[in-house]
Amino acid sequence: MSEVILELRDVETRYGQIYALRGINFQVKKGEIVTLLGANGAGKSTTLKTISSLVPASAGQVLFMGRDITYDQPHSIVEMGVIHVPEGRMIFKELTVRENLELGSFTLKNNAERKRRIDHVFEIFPVLKERHKQMGGFLSGGEQQMLAIGRALMTQPKVLMLDEPSLGLAPILVQTIMKIIKQINDEGTTVLLVEQNAKAALKLANRGYVLETGEIVMDGNAAVLIKDESIVKAYLGEEKHPD
Amino acid sequence: MTLWEIFLQQLFNGLLIGSFYGLVAIGYSMVYGIIKLLNFAHADIYMGGAFVGLIALSFFADSAIGNAWLGIVLSLLISMFLIGILGVLIQRVAYRPMLKAPRLSILITALAVSMLLYNTVMLLTHGQFRPFRTGLTHDSFFVGALRLTETRVVLLVAAILLMFILHQFVTRSMYGKAMRAISLDRDTCQLMGINVYKIVAITFFVGSALAAAAGVMAGVFYGTVHFYMGFFIGLKAFTAAVIGGIGILPGAMLGGLLLGLLESFATQIPFIGSVWQNVFSFVFLILFLIFKPTGILGRAESERM
Repeated sequence: MSEVILELRDVETRYGQIYALRGINFQVKKGEIVTLLGANGAGKSTTLKTISSLVPASAGQVLFMGRDITYDQPHSIVEMGVIHVPEGRMIFKELTVRENLELGSFTLKNNAERKRRIDHVFEIFPVLKERHKQMGGFLSGGEQQMLAIGRALMTQPKVLMLDEPSLGLAPILVQTIMKIIKQINDEGTTVLLVEQNAKAALKLANRGYVLETGEIVMDGNAAVLIKDESIVKAYLGEEKHPD
Repeated sequence: MTLWEIFLQQLFNGLLIGSFYGLVAIGYSMVYGIIKLLNFAHADIYMGGAFVGLIALSFFADSAIGNAWLGIVLSLLISMFLIGILGVLIQRVAYRPMLKAPRLSILITALAVSMLLYNTVMLLTHGQFRPFRTGLTHDSFFVGALRLTETRVVLLVAAILLMFILHQFVTRSMYGKAMRAISLDRDTCQLMGINVYKIVAITFFVGSALAAAAGVMAGVFYGTVHFYMGFFIGLKAFTAAVIGGIGILPGAMLGGLLLGLLESFATQIPFIGSVWQNVFSFVFLILFLIFKPTGILGRAESERM
């Protein structure tokens, strides 16, 4: 748990003149689950997009296993083993479940290996196997999220970045998804998890960072953060109803 | 001829012309699907294909291969390959730098490429019609009431074979799946490790090669080629792509065949006849644009933010 696999150094990202990230620094160590928390517009999604190079950083460095990947093309970052599951799942609605999974392993040339990986995803998500011939758009929200995660697993990633996997899901499904993220992590994949549902995320994570208007304002062990009243109030704020 | 014989004959003619339209329409549709560009230069790519085929064929005729069809097939393949490369080059030089510019810029670029291509060929050929000598006989034979020539049968079979191969490529291969995925969501494709530019280049290769094939086949069919031959078939193929649902490949093929059949049967309508053939096609396009603008296989698409 000591080797740093992913590191951001003074990363700034802007959309035109508007700064979304104002020099953020953080590290993710091999085998960890790290969560990025924060309100809407804090820069959580932008952080992931910057790492996957969909929105390249305007300053600073992104390092993966010590290598500078700041200005690499998105597809080569995927080939290195950093995969980004975007917010809103973004599955291909007009392709079948199986085709979605196949595209996840686009960089793979070996068809037998591709089939083996699909079978592995079907073991984790049996419901996808039942529906493998259906169009992605016909799946329920939870199933689409499973497909999005399954599709990302097809690359056998070293780092899995998930953007709000619990968004719009019923609480019972949130639990299922979180359990599966834990399982994926136990199999050796490092996870960077962006969540609004901070309580669920902190239960799962080793460490967390809190973002506010493009800056990291707090970081620490998940076990500590989850007890911090100010965080719970300010960022995890959706717990107004009594437990 | 009885009505039934006329029907059969027009059916065959329509399918043949329609399959040419279909082959060209595929290129429009693929490029539109993947980068949302109406590639005006596509019709000139088709014309270029006919000329490259003509040059190759004259070479084979001189070297006396002996079998006319063998020379044609080789010319077709050479033309498909070279024009495919030309398509990729055009994409790389003219379109790729424009991909992030406003849509109108790339559209104007496409017009410029079109003019460049046909003016070049016009200068090289002095604007003359060139005979497309194939050495094929025009003996006809009958299948039931249907009068056919060997040339027409081979062309139709070849066109359908090419469409079949394309369909297999797009539905079965990873590249084909990536093409369809890019037309659905480009950003997410990048997150799958798909090199979008490479797939766009492959799309241009395939679309241009099919147009070149149609060009060579048109040369074989009509017996002459000229620098402006792409103009009308370009419009027709575009019409076919829209009728079928632009961006949808089976739609392009279907639209092509349908348009070919319609034109062919329209020539039989009393007082309309073949002079009005083009008018008929474009009236049909206008009707589609009014009543079913998404085409036969297209669905209404909501603009995403």
